[in-house]
Amino acid sequence: MKLSKAKGLVVAVAVSLALAGCSSGSGNNGGTMLDKLGANEKTLTLLGWPGYAEDGSTDKTVDWVTPFEKETGCQVTFKPYGTSDEALSLFKTGQYDAIAASGDATLRLVAGGYVQPLNTALIPSYANVYSFLKNRAWNTVDKKSYGVPHGYGANLLMYNTDVVKPAPTSWSVVFDGASAYKGKVTAYDSPIYIADAALYLMKHKPELGITNPYSLDKDQLAEAVDLLKAQRANVGEYWSDYLKSIQSFETGNTVVGTTWQVIKNSMSTKSHTEAILPTEGATGWSDSWMISSSTKHVNCAYKWLDYIDSPKANAAATEYFGEAPVTQDACQYASDKAFCDTYHAGDEAYAAQIWYWTTPISTCLDGRKDVKCTDYAAWTKAWQDIKG
Amino acid sequence: MTKNPSVAGAAIAVTPARRVSSYLYNHAKARLQLLLAAPVLWLALVYIAALLMLLVTAFWTVDEFTGNTKVAWNLDNIVSLFTDSLYSSVTLRTIGIALGVTLVDIALALPIAFFMSKVAGPKLRNILAISVLLPLWASYLVKAYAWRSVLSNKGVLQWLLEPLGLNTPGYSLWGAAITLGYMWLPYVILPIYGGLEKVPGNMLEASSDLGAKTFTTVRRVIFPMILPSIIAGSIFAFSLTLGDYITINIVGGPNQMLGNLIYTNVGTANNLPMAAALALIPIAIMFAYLGSVRRTGALNNL
Repeated sequence: MKLSKAKGLVVAVAVSLALAGCSSGSGNNGGTMLDKLGANEKTLTLLGWPGYAEDGSTDKTVDWVTPFEKETGCQVTFKPYGTSDEALSLFKTGQYDAIAASGDATLRLVAGGYVQPLNTALIPSYANVYSFLKNRAWNTVDKKSYGVPHGYGANLLMYNTDVVKPAPTSWSVVFDGASAYKGKVTAYDSPIYIADAALYLMKHKPELGITNPYSLDKDQLAEAVDLLKAQRANVGEYWSDYLKSIQSFETGNTVVGTTWQVIKNSMSTKSHTEAILPTEGATGWSDSWMISSSTKHVNCAYKWLDYIDSPKANAAATEYFGEAPVTQDACQYASDKAFCDTYHAGDEAYAAQIWYWTTPISTCLDGRKDVKCTDYAAWTKAWQDIKG
Repeated sequence: MTKNPSVAGAAIAVTPARRVSSYLYNHAKARLQLLLAAPVLWLALVYIAALLMLLVTAFWTVDEFTGNTKVAWNLDNIVSLFTDSLYSSVTLRTIGIALGVTLVDIALALPIAFFMSKVAGPKLRNILAISVLLPLWASYLVKAYAWRSVLSNKGVLQWLLEPLGLNTPGYSLWGAAITLGYMWLPYVILPIYGGLEKVPGNMLEASSDLGAKTFTTVRRVIFPMILPSIIAGSIFAFSLTLGDYITINIVGGPNQMLGNLIYTNVGTANNLPMAAALALIPIAIMFAYLGSVRRTGALNNL
C-alpha cells in the first residue's frame, strides 16, 4: 500500500472541495439590464406561491398558463412554495427563470444578486399598473426596478361578532386588550408578524420613535417582543396554514386575530365573523415577479412578466388566490363583479394604510444612519423566544 | 432456455466468470467481504455519512449577507444550546411530554396486551390485533387533523365532557400529549403483546397454586419477564414523541417542541448550523436512554 498516503491526500482534497462547494454558493452580481427582446426560448421555469401559475392541472376551469404557452411557445414548468424562506433557498439553486416573491424575500434576492434589474419598457402591460405599486422599497433598489407587481392584500383583523363586543376598530383588541379573550386570540406564525406589533407601537407609543415597522433598532425590537410576549399568554394558537385558521374561527377556538381576505371569504356563512382594516392600518403583502440573474430563458421570462400583468391573466390569477389585482383593467375580467370592490383594488387611500412586508435588514429602512437596525435573523430568533 | 452442452462434456471451458467463481469458492473470507460490501457501503455512505455531514454543520456558521452556510469552525451554536434559556426550557418541555406520553401509553397497553394474549380466544385475538393495527393504515396527518376536530370547542370531546362539568383540553400541550399518545399506542402494545406471548400460561397457574394473589403474580412473575418488552415499547413512544413537530403544530396551540425549533431554523431562519446543533439534543437524549436500557435486553425485543 504505497499509494495510501497519496490516496488519503486526494480524498482529503476532494472532501474539502466538496465542503467548499456546499458553502460558497452561486449568485453573481446582479446581472445587467436587457436592452431588447430576442426570439422566445422554448421553455420557462417559474417559482411562486401556490395558485400563482395555474395550468388547469389543479382545476380544469382554472388555467391562464396554457394561453400563454400557445401565444409565446414558451413551455411553462411551475413549482409552488410554502414560505418566503423556502422560496429563497429554492431560487438560490439557479434552476428557476422567474419567481413571484413577497416583499420579505425580494430584498434578500436583490442583495444576493439572484435577480436582474428589469427594463420595464419591454413590459407593455407594466404601464397600466397602479402607480402606487411601482418604485416601492420592496421592488426597487437604487432606482432600478427588479420586479413587476402580481397582486397585493392586507393582513386584516377578523373577529367573531357573537363574542367580541363591542366591535373592535383597533389592533388593541389583540394586544393591550387581549386578556379579555384569553386563549382565543390568534396571530400569524412568522417572524414577520413582529412588524404588526411594531405598527401598533408606532401608533400608540410614539415616544419609541418607530416610523417604519420593518426598521427597528435593538430597543424598539425589544419593545415589540415584550408586547408579543404579553400577547403570547392570550394566544390560543398561531396560524400559517390558512385552512387551519378558517377551522379555528368556525369552531370558536379562535375569536379574534389577524387574517387574510381570502380566509374571510372562505368562512362558512353560518359563522358570524367580520374582517376589518383597523384604524392603525395594517401590514400586508405585495408580490412581485422577478427574473433570475442567471436565466437562460430571459425572453420567455419577460413575456411571462408582461402576460401576468395583462388584464385577463392578472384578473384570473389574483381572483383565484384572493387578492387585489394590479391594474384597473383587470377588474372587468373577474368572474365575480364585486371582486375589485371586495379587495379594494386601486383604492389608494386603503393601500396607503398597508405596510407591505419588507425584509428587515441591518441598514435602517427608515433612513436613520446613526444606528444599526435588527435584521431578519434577529427577528427569527426573537420570534422563537416569543413562542418560548 | 436451452441446456449448455459443454456442462455435459468432460472439457469445461475456463471462462473468466468460472475463474471468479472458483476463486470465491476457495476464499471464504473474500466471499463474505464481497457479499457485505454493498449493504455496508450503503449504510456507511448513504446513511451514516449523510447524517454526519448534516451534524458537522453544527460547528459551522451562516454568512449574514448571502445566507449561505460557510465553513468557519466554532462552538457558538453548541454554547448557545446551554446558555440560551429558550433551548433549555423547550428541551425540558419536550422531555416532559415524551415521558408523559410514554407512561400513559404503557399504562394503556399493558391491560390491552394482557387481554389479547391471555384472556381472548383465537378469534377475538385476531380481531383485536387487527383493530390495534388498523389506525396504522391511516395517514399520520389524517389522524392528527381528526384529533384537531375532536379536541375543538365544538368537538366530540367537549360534547362528552360537558355533562360532567368538564371542558375539552383544546389546542394545548394536553391536547398534543393525548394525540401523540394515540398515535404511538400500537407501537407500545405490539412489543408488550409479543413479550406476554412468551410467558407460559402454566407459570401463572403455578404462581396461583403456590398461593400468590393476582397482584403478586403480576409483580413477581409477569412484570420481570415482560420488562424488556415494556422498555422496547417505551423506546418507540419516547423517541417518536421526542422528534415530533407536526402534531404539536396541529393540536398543540401556541406551544413549540424541539422539532419545531429545528424546523424553523432550517425553514424560516435559514440557519442550518443552529438546526444541526439542536438536532444533537434528541440524539444525545436517545443515546443516553438506549445506553441505560441496553443491559435489560430491551433492544432484543424491538
